[in-house]
Amino acid sequence: MAETRPAARPLSPHLQIYRWSWTMAMSIVHRATGSALYGGTLLIALWLIAAASGPAAYETAQWIAGSFLGRLVLFGYTFVLLHHMVGGLRHFVWDLGYGFDPQTRTNLAKYSVVVSGALTVLVWIVALTR
Amino acid sequence: MAEFNLPKNSRLTEGKAWPKPAGAKKVTEFKIYRWNPDDTANPRTDTYYVDREDCGPMVLDALIWIKNKVDPTLTFRRSCREGICGSCAMNMDGKNGLACTTGIDECGAKGKVAIYPLPHMPVVKDLVPDLTRFYAQHASIEPWLKTTTPAPEKEWKQAKDDREKLDGLYECILCACCSTSCPSYWWNGDRYLGPAALLQAYRWLIDSRDEATGERLDDLEDPFRLYRCHTIMNCANACPKGLNPAKAIAEVKKMMVARQV
Repeated sequence: MAETRPAARPLSPHLQIYRWSWTMAMSIVHRATGSALYGGTLLIALWLIAAASGPAAYETAQWIAGSFLGRLVLFGYTFVLLHHMVGGLRHFVWDLGYGFDPQTRTNLAKYSVVVSGALTVLVWIVALTR
Repeated sequence: MAEFNLPKNSRLTEGKAWPKPAGAKKVTEFKIYRWNPDDTANPRTDTYYVDREDCGPMVLDALIWIKNKVDPTLTFRRSCREGICGSCAMNMDGKNGLACTTGIDECGAKGKVAIYPLPHMPVVKDLVPDLTRFYAQHASIEPWLKTTTPAPEKEWKQAKDDREKLDGLYECILCACCSTSCPSYWWNGDRYLGPAALLQAYRWLIDSRDEATGERLDDLEDPFRLYRCHTIMNCANACPKGLNPAKAIAEVKKMMVARQV
């Protein structure tokens, strides 16, 4: 009789089948915004370099930042920055040992979107009406 | 590095649809993960139809009904059917839980119930995952009382309020619902201990009778073993006993800081 060997064990599905929860979604968004902030810091560095390079370069940087596309990017950057900040505060609360019961942990995740969204709009209202 | 896609041999294919029960009035559709080690085929999802008027209310009732009446080859673990043994842990409708304490009507928001083995685990057959590593991780935290003072004549005494600190910890049945719901455990399960083992670690850290607290903390002081927990909270959402591994892990992290100041 030929020798039979069992097939290599497959890995059961995970990300493909797991139902998303608020805390799970906000966790990955926190990481994504954290990574995106590297790009944001690069934008600030470019702006500072432009400012240090003289009036012409600064003028160009200001023109790009003031264009529709530039403002869109800056609006996105504001949200990313504020969302990451609010997420950081949420993790701070958890690190202190609070906010672990089912209702609170879900609300903390949900409200981090609401609060960071509201703060973003607030920052832009202040910026555009000054 | 996290591998988000399934390996080639693990990708799902569409399986067969088994016949509907004749003359049944109320039928629920079940989509169930199948894999047989005796052939070389990839895993597949089979479709079954359960006559709800002939079947109990729980997901485990439906699995047993299918095994008895439709397909005797369907393989799953079960024992106590009352949420104390932890054998029938699986992924139902996208969430980990015990098949015996999860109602069929709690699942199937889309009109059918999808059932998979516990996520990101090697599959032995169908809904049976290989839990060897999971048990080894539990053993690694040395889940027993460790003392250096001579044993008392009768028993190690514990004050009532010290005993209360173990509530919400000792009830763990090691079903693995929490650890296998955790994305951090999915990506780093070989080095991160996972919520179940860490909840048990805290159970012994907080035990007033245990005298190895320092050594236990030393063992966990590691970028992976403990600190791969990123408070994603899937563990607490999944626990069929309503325990909170995320909170236990946060308490361990606090103990780590507290002993340094």
